Amino acid sequence: MSDEKQRVTLTINGQPVSAEIEPRLLLVHFIREVANLTGTHIGCDTTSCGACAVLLNGVPAKSCTMFAVQADGANISTVEGLEQGGVLHPVQEGFFQEHGLQCGFCTPGMMMTAVAFLERNPNPTDGEIRQAISGNLCRCTGYVNIVKSIQYAAARMREQQAAPAMATAGAEATQ
Amino acid sequence: MTTPAQTLGGMGHSVKRKEDPRFLRGKGRYIDDIKLPGMIYMDIVRSPYAHANITKIDASKALALPGVLAVITGKDLDAAGLAWMPTLMSDKQMVLPVDRVVYQAQEVAAVIATERYIAADGVQLVEVEYDPLPPVVDPFKALEPDAPLVRPDREQKNNHIWHWEAGDAAQTDAAFASAEVVVKEDLYIPRIHVCSIETCGCVASFDKVEGKLTIYMTTQAPHAIRTVYSLVTGIPENKIRVISPDIGGGFGGKVPVYPGYVIASVASIQTGLPVKWIEDRSENIQADSFARDYHITAELAADKDGTMKALRVKTLADHGAFDAAANPSKFPAGLFSVVTGSYNLQAAHVEVDGVYTNKPSGGVAYRCSFRVTEAVHTIERMVDVLAQKLGVDPADLRMKNFIQPESFPYKSPTGWEYDSGNYPAALQKAMAKIGYADLRREQAEKRARGELMGIGISTFTEIVGAGPSHTFDILGIKMFDSCEIRVHPTGSAIVRIGVQTQGQGHETTFAQIVAEELGLPVENITVEHGDTDTAPYGLGTYASRSTPTAGAATAVASRKIREKAKNIAAHLLEANPDDIEWSDYKFQVKGAPGRSVTMKDIAFAAYTNHPQGMEAGLEAVDYYDPPNLTFPFGAYICVVDIDRGTGAVKIRRFVAVDDCGNIINPMIVEGQIHGGLTMGMAPALLEGISYDENGNMQQGTFMEYLLPTAMETPVWETDKTVTPSPHHPFGAKGVGESATVGAPPAVVNAVVDALAHVGVTHIDIPMTPWKVYELLEAHGLAEG
Repeated sequence: MSDEKQRVTLTINGQPVSAEIEPRLLLVHFIREVANLTGTHIGCDTTSCGACAVLLNGVPAKSCTMFAVQADGANISTVEGLEQGGVLHPVQEGFFQEHGLQCGFCTPGMMMTAVAFLERNPNPTDGEIRQAISGNLCRCTGYVNIVKSIQYAAARMREQQAAPAMATAGAEATQ
Repeated sequence: MTTPAQTLGGMGHSVKRKEDPRFLRGKGRYIDDIKLPGMIYMDIVRSPYAHANITKIDASKALALPGVLAVITGKDLDAAGLAWMPTLMSDKQMVLPVDRVVYQAQEVAAVIATERYIAADGVQLVEVEYDPLPPVVDPFKALEPDAPLVRPDREQKNNHIWHWEAGDAAQTDAAFASAEVVVKEDLYIPRIHVCSIETCGCVASFDKVEGKLTIYMTTQAPHAIRTVYSLVTGIPENKIRVISPDIGGGFGGKVPVYPGYVIASVASIQTGLPVKWIEDRSENIQADSFARDYHITAELAADKDGTMKALRVKTLADHGAFDAAANPSKFPAGLFSVVTGSYNLQAAHVEVDGVYTNKPSGGVAYRCSFRVTEAVHTIERMVDVLAQKLGVDPADLRMKNFIQPESFPYKSPTGWEYDSGNYPAALQKAMAKIGYADLRREQAEKRARGELMGIGISTFTEIVGAGPSHTFDILGIKMFDSCEIRVHPTGSAIVRIGVQTQGQGHETTFAQIVAEELGLPVENITVEHGDTDTAPYGLGTYASRSTPTAGAATAVASRKIREKAKNIAAHLLEANPDDIEWSDYKFQVKGAPGRSVTMKDIAFAAYTNHPQGMEAGLEAVDYYDPPNLTFPFGAYICVVDIDRGTGAVKIRRFVAVDDCGNIINPMIVEGQIHGGLTMGMAPALLEGISYDENGNMQQGTFMEYLLPTAMETPVWETDKTVTPSPHHPFGAKGVGESATVGAPPAVVNAVVDALAHVGVTHIDIPMTPWKVYELLEAHGLAEG
């Protein structure tokens, strides 16, 4: 691989970010130090802890184990993009309500993993949640409240899914 | 209907955390998030050998790499008198070695570069020649006369560091001589590492114009570190500012001063630029301080009816190459002498010998630094060993020997005065919650079918909250703690504390204490900590000391404010201060509840309408020196099933009844217990660090050192009893480490219980599937 710098353009949380970078620059360092989004953290050097988890085209990826050039052209979602229009994502709300975080260091990676998981499985069992987050290490919480937080989010997201459907059904009923 | 207390968010309410909004949005400010103008980077060259002479360091190739600004070696530091630094235990340790390394992964040189990646490149280009020496790995062999010397710099030419003892040897010998039954067991509690998910690091920034060194540092004890820095370097303390930003977990691993902090500071002073140093995980595991590593031999004497009489404990403590533990000065073995636990013994004698080996510094923390975990493991294992020997139920044996509720304050045979407790109530609650009798019936049925199920109990007593200052200091600095409160004219407040949160939620709980004491709403109270330029002096957060010490200071400072506020209330209500009472979070005239003023009214008056002759303003400071330690306790019951085909231990249920006295925030306390239980289960089943004969560490990354994931972690079932501390201002005791201290023996006791019928009396941790499978094979129980 050439050591010459390459231009990459990523879309991070809907915003294009373009830079000339060394091919060896890790995606996590691109996110943290080029895009200045420091919510994505680094907790290990063996792809074990998941503190660096982001969504790469909607799929969780450990950004410490990818080069930024490999993500050229990709859509990246990080914790900073979860809140929309001043409203917390249900997963963020769940972690707040259920005390799903303590030191907060693993939390962004944990939440991003949970967001992708709930897209796939909107009605999970506790066991399925535990399996889904088993690539994310938390040293503070003992996971019990993280599972509760994700269940809280799942319930909220199901309500939100149901609410427009019910509104439509209601509108049909009045016709 | 919400009560006034709920509206305020005072004591006993599960107030949602004030720190969460920033963490949930990725807006926390951890050490690696700090970016200063002109900042450069440091990376560290480390030793591949556990013990070697350094014959040559050639930095020329590294210095030739564009972007590398400097390579710092021990010789450079030696010229400045900084090649060695004091440890917290009156030993000294190398910052960078001048001529020899004493453990694998030890810092050998530092590369300073314009970019992070270039610094790492530079590390690869520093050429170090070593002449390997035989390492000392086994602490028992370390004491043999011909053992290689780990520390030739000392006057004492052997590897023995210190001998320490507690209790009464003669009384203990007499009790053993008259006892009908004696049980004895060797227990090894291996090295483990806290592995907070954030590693350690710093940004050191020296301002040449001001002559001021600012260090953003992952530290749990910023004030003590500033003082030590000043004493070592001669820089006046007002010219050193230590700032602990958001800390991504500490658990005691961020108490010590690591060489990286010091080298980065030197580099910043030399270059005049801010220098960032962030550890990799592998560096963090391999080189930072470790916990445990106690080789214990314990004997428990009793009568045949189960009356426990005396305990004798001898321990070899492997401290690695430097005695860099973080214990109080007079306690080289921490509070290990609390080893008599929850039981009323006539006598006890405890001896510990500290030993040097060619390993990184040990004896620091893993969510308990003062050796209480080792003490609890010892006594809770030995009670079960005795129960097995006598053929009695371990719950019954505990009930028979508990210190009784009416015996508090209780003077232990090793000299501690337990403040309060009700051990039978906690165990009864745990047994009822888990259905103990039914479990025993189920176990008998399963055993008859050849299935392996075990039930383990741990009824532990913790000892936390150091001071008091007459006994406890670190490097001479007394272990009080502090709080400063300023109430603003419009009734909001800023609270600054001498302790430092690492996830415990101090910004919430300390605000709740003030809300309760002053009747101001919790959302209008800001808690700050961790900046030595602004926070009052304190010893920091570790050993579950924040609530017992700084929490007490916060209550006392609030009460000082309330005392002054009472006089302002009298002025506003035109009454005599003696006729004013604090009731329902406001001041009122006795007998005339309609005549009242709130703290908000008083705050405004303190700046706009204070009585003539009284000082304006509404603020107070308190430096709290606790009269005694606090003694939280708990009763844990663990149920395990063992897979005969794999040796895997599965925790089916785990009930934890904790008593930490009065509770500030039940949600946060439960969270602390969940986390503590997980860090108790982890070393019991998964985590352990070992070295080969050459001193190579065998679990140096997260691939080999296994932290529990959500898959291994059971659903913790928690409950509580409440026995307030009689001497703490609001009856609290502290909770951060209880579960880590109490849980491991519950798991071990359960696994041993599952195998007791074939004569297994003890298993050392971690009880990995391989280790358990070997036991199953040895006893003809393995399948497949």
